Amino acid sequence: MSDLKEKNVKSDEVSDDMKVLDDLTSSEYKWGFVTEIESETAQKGLNEEIVRFISKKKEEPEWMAEWRLKAFRYWQKMIEPHWPNVEYQPIDYQNISYYSAPKQKPKLNSLDEVDPELLKTFEKLGIPIEEQKILSGVAVDAVFDSVSVATTFKDTLKEKGIIFCSISEAIKEYPDLIKKYLGSVVPYTDNYFAALNSAVFSDGSFVFIPKGVRCPMELSTYFRINAQETGQFERTLIVAEENSYVSYLEGCTAPIRDNNQLHAAVVELVALDDAEIKYSTVQNWYPGDKEGKGGIYNFVTKRGACKGINSKISWTQVETGSAITWKYPSCILQGDNSVGEFYSVAVTNNKQQADTGTKMIHLGKNTRSTIISKGISAGKSQNSYRGLVRIGRNAEGARNFTQCDSMLMGEKCGAHTFPYIEVDNESAKVEHEATTSKVGEDQIFYLNQRGISTEDAVNMIVNGFCKEVFKELPMEFAVEAQKLLAISLEGSVG
Amino acid sequence: MNKNKQNPNWYLESFVSFEESLNGHSKTFLHDLRKETLPSLEQLSFPTLKDEEWKYTNISSISEQNFIPVSKLPQIILSKEKLKDFLFQGFDYYLLTFVNGIYSNELSDLERIPEGIIIENISTVAKNNPQILQKYFSKLSKTENIFNAINSVYSVDGSFIKVSDNIVLDKPIQIVHINGAEDNKVLSVPRNIIVVGKNSQASIIVNYFGHGSEPYFTNIISEVYVDEGGIVDLIKNQSENENSFHIEKLQAFQEKNSVFNHYNFEFGGSIVRNDINSVLNGENIETHYYGLSLANGKQHIDNHTFVDHAKPNCMSNEVYKAILDDEAHGVFNGKIIVQKDAQKTNAYQQNKTILLSKKAKIDTKPQLEIFADDVKCSHGATVGHLDDEAYFYIRTRGIPENLAKSILIRAFANDVVESVKIEQIREQLNHMIFEHLHRVEIISE
Repeated sequence: MSDLKEKNVKSDEVSDDMKVLDDLTSSEYKWGFVTEIESETAQKGLNEEIVRFISKKKEEPEWMAEWRLKAFRYWQKMIEPHWPNVEYQPIDYQNISYYSAPKQKPKLNSLDEVDPELLKTFEKLGIPIEEQKILSGVAVDAVFDSVSVATTFKDTLKEKGIIFCSISEAIKEYPDLIKKYLGSVVPYTDNYFAALNSAVFSDGSFVFIPKGVRCPMELSTYFRINAQETGQFERTLIVAEENSYVSYLEGCTAPIRDNNQLHAAVVELVALDDAEIKYSTVQNWYPGDKEGKGGIYNFVTKRGACKGINSKISWTQVETGSAITWKYPSCILQGDNSVGEFYSVAVTNNKQQADTGTKMIHLGKNTRSTIISKGISAGKSQNSYRGLVRIGRNAEGARNFTQCDSMLMGEKCGAHTFPYIEVDNESAKVEHEATTSKVGEDQIFYLNQRGISTEDAVNMIVNGFCKEVFKELPMEFAVEAQKLLAISLEGSVG
Repeated sequence: MNKNKQNPNWYLESFVSFEESLNGHSKTFLHDLRKETLPSLEQLSFPTLKDEEWKYTNISSISEQNFIPVSKLPQIILSKEKLKDFLFQGFDYYLLTFVNGIYSNELSDLERIPEGIIIENISTVAKNNPQILQKYFSKLSKTENIFNAINSVYSVDGSFIKVSDNIVLDKPIQIVHINGAEDNKVLSVPRNIIVVGKNSQASIIVNYFGHGSEPYFTNIISEVYVDEGGIVDLIKNQSENENSFHIEKLQAFQEKNSVFNHYNFEFGGSIVRNDINSVLNGENIETHYYGLSLANGKQHIDNHTFVDHAKPNCMSNEVYKAILDDEAHGVFNGKIIVQKDAQKTNAYQQNKTILLSKKAKIDTKPQLEIFADDVKCSHGATVGHLDDEAYFYIRTRGIPENLAKSILIRAFANDVVESVKIEQIREQLNHMIFEHLHRVEIISE
């Protein structure tokens, strides 16, 4: 507080609020560091050879290589889309290395065999694997630059018949499941980045929950982008069979870096009858410096198919990082009575840009969806919500509730909403609500009055603003998310 | 028939014969403007569903037909007495009547216009007072699409209303457009220019009706300029034939302390598209948009609104409602932009739709783009059918099915109707809604 006061004396014109905002906006990315690990990197550029090289490196069967090539050929015919409300330098797809893996070592059986450098990285992130393993009972499939190096609790999961492994392992060991489900929700023809990902994906996670099994622990993958100028192309596939349940966590932080990194992941979820999938993301990749230099392009296709009756898919995301975030975790509500949920907090600061939201496609009868989106923009950032709610002709009794609120901090940022609502069935009920406002002066005043500093007050207000979303996160993540939010807006808002 | 989906060749080709038919009128500055716009007819093509702004509206049935431009007043088909049936009654008004976009002196009533007020048709103003027309014509509306270009090239007439500073217009102005013909497909391209001076006040009602059996295409550009402290109420009653096409672009421009109220009642037309835009170019401006669409059969009604908050301390409020039956398709796109410096803006928008039948469809897209931080903006959109509980409640009071439905629908429409200031118009609108419900058998006898 005394700090604040001193600063305020310097420039009388700037109000307390603005000062705090400035501070917040000026905080640097705290979690950037580069781990020195030898990596094996493919030469830059993209052609059929590279696609084959990746496939070969991963020791994939021929059908997989063919599938990749099909996707690659399709991708070549496509044109990069430019409709979102973001601006960026054209990406040179030939100037990216499409494969990078930590040096191959024999398969690991325990954590002791993991590269200590790697373990240190996780420790710096505040989530030491060992501690997690012991304390929280979370099985961690640590993805470090695209290749899984440590998988824990596998045995526990195996007992229940749950498969939780890297996707490249799954391709080798469970080809039938992969053939059946890979690309079933997001076909490679879906969009430009999905096609690219299908051609060159390096690794990712595969989860299979068999009939009637409730996954006893939260499954979590820690993503990090490391080796310089390496695009990260993750592929995640989660299948929940009849009457099963799984909660999956995805979290990421990345080191400070000057070159833009393209991240084009694909996540596919399949929920059969009475199954439930909860997918939570905390994303804090390097957003670039204050001028917006560097930073990660996060162009992700995430989609879940509620194929079965009474199935449920719930997306929760806290997006604070990346120079550009462009993604719409979606739900296709095919099964009757299926439920889709989307809870999102997107924070943009400095020159970050976000164009995110969701799509709820109601096809089955009595399908329900809820969308809660909270956007916070500070600095010179642009934050857009773009969402689609489509009620198909046969979606009798479909129901949607959407609320998207934006909060503005600072005079130079922007907050935008582009909701699309398409209703083709008279029995549907769709509600959409959106508000945009700034942190209330009266609220800050009230808290100041109670002896709470402006900075704490703003943090409190922002946290309250996001509460509805945070409460959807699993406990471990909720704590981390609040930490992230505080750091992103540190000093800023006051 | 010549089917040019992408190329407006027909409208290019027609220009020569059209020009000849103009005779003496081709000397005015309007004709220079026509020639200036002509090349854009060549460059622009008809929008397709791939254009974001036309994503939900397929206009191929307009672009595939050749509508014939009109340059002379056609045979009048109805008497002045008969005309009254189409107008809002029960109060005094000035009357401007157009047939297929051409002014009819016989059917108009412009007596005893007070000093400082011009209520005339455009071609007369162009002859007698070109300077003043030139000052306002096409100054607000720019050619944004092929339809604007067609209007600019073929428009020969329309209404010109100018109220000087510090005048409250003594009675409302009614403008009537009667469109369509028995023997061919006509293109009606009127303009409406409304200029209200400092601290002046005017209310204007614009009515669109159809006659004849052939399909026709009404394509309007309206420009409304509200000077400092001016207050303008503009009511649109679109009751065109069911086989007609209706497109309007309205561009309003407001100076500080002004108020612009736009009421949009959409009853007719087979494909209808409205673009209603306001620029709030000063402080303490108020803008209100009210809209009500009643559609049935295969009607398609598309309302696009755009409120551009360019300056601080303004407020805008928007309520758009639609009642869709049969296979009607409604589209709403409400855009609010709050520019960088427009602090302390309050902007509200509401879009509510009731679907009465299984095949009715609505696509709505409320849109906020905000570049200033100290603002209060909100939008809401709801889609549903008639409230079951409310219906049940009314039925338990012994009210028959049809009446119960009618009560609920009229209650839904009431927000919009009640906002109209002139009581007689409110009554007649209610009546029209009721009639509409009967006609389309939402309520049977």
